[in-house]
Amino acid sequence: MQSLDSTFSALADPTRRGILARLALGEATVTELAEPFEMTQPAISQHLKVLEDAGLIIRRIDGTRRPRRLARAGIEAMDQWLAMLRKALDKNYDRLDEVLSAMQPPSKQPRKGETR
Amino acid sequence: MSKLTLTTEGDTHVIVTRRFAAPPEALYRAHTDPKLIQKWLLGPEGWTMPVCINEAKPGGKFRYEWTNGKGAGFHITGEILELEPFSRIVHVERMYLPDPTPDNHIETRFDPDGTGTLMTMRMTLPDAQTRAAMLSTGMERGMEASYVRLEGMIQE
Repeated sequence: MQSLDSTFSALADPTRRGILARLALGEATVTELAEPFEMTQPAISQHLKVLEDAGLIIRRIDGTRRPRRLARAGIEAMDQWLAMLRKALDKNYDRLDEVLSAMQPPSKQPRKGETR
Repeated sequence: MSKLTLTTEGDTHVIVTRRFAAPPEALYRAHTDPKLIQKWLLGPEGWTMPVCINEAKPGGKFRYEWTNGKGAGFHITGEILELEPFSRIVHVERMYLPDPTPDNHIETRFDPDGTGTLMTMRMTLPDAQTRAAMLSTGMERGMEASYVRLEGMIQE
């Protein structure tokens, strides 16, 4: 079992979070993972090593290819992020609820010269 | 119980739905009137939107700028493609981090739901990797500023 610390430091880098997000779509090779980040493959491999050491991703051997996929801990970490994002999004909409309840229903607003 | 749902569809879509007690007209106004937008489209405590421009007409532009008052901030710009009062808004937007992200095409519908409204946002990203990158941006905001806007994420 991996320590919480190594999970957090593995997730502290935006590129590594991006890699996890990409792997959430399915297995991918180093070349595929490097593509969206404008980084060299060695730089990406370094990030993959950190994620692997933290137990967040798993490497499979397929001939000369070494595709990566999310490990269970990686899936759980993603789920936690998603829950946090959903909560933050909820907060915006809770605020919108307040804005809406403070708004006068347009049909009930008295028109000019109109008495209630 | 959460009223919010957030799902992905295909390789490039993110769907957000949320129910509101207010009627569609109120929702429509809260999404098009800058004075109202500024009150809710914010993020965590302490974040504000000092610049909120929205030319609410087809072909109109908008620009939202956020700051935490401590030197951190970012902005988005976009164009309104279609407006159907009070049921539908179609727009494109991109975020500057500081380089612009690929355009996110968003259709927002406000459908009557009893005495309230069901809001459905359907986001379309150029490709699966952009959608994944948008998720990681959201993760970054969530972690460093507990901030998320109408961002997508992957939920399979």
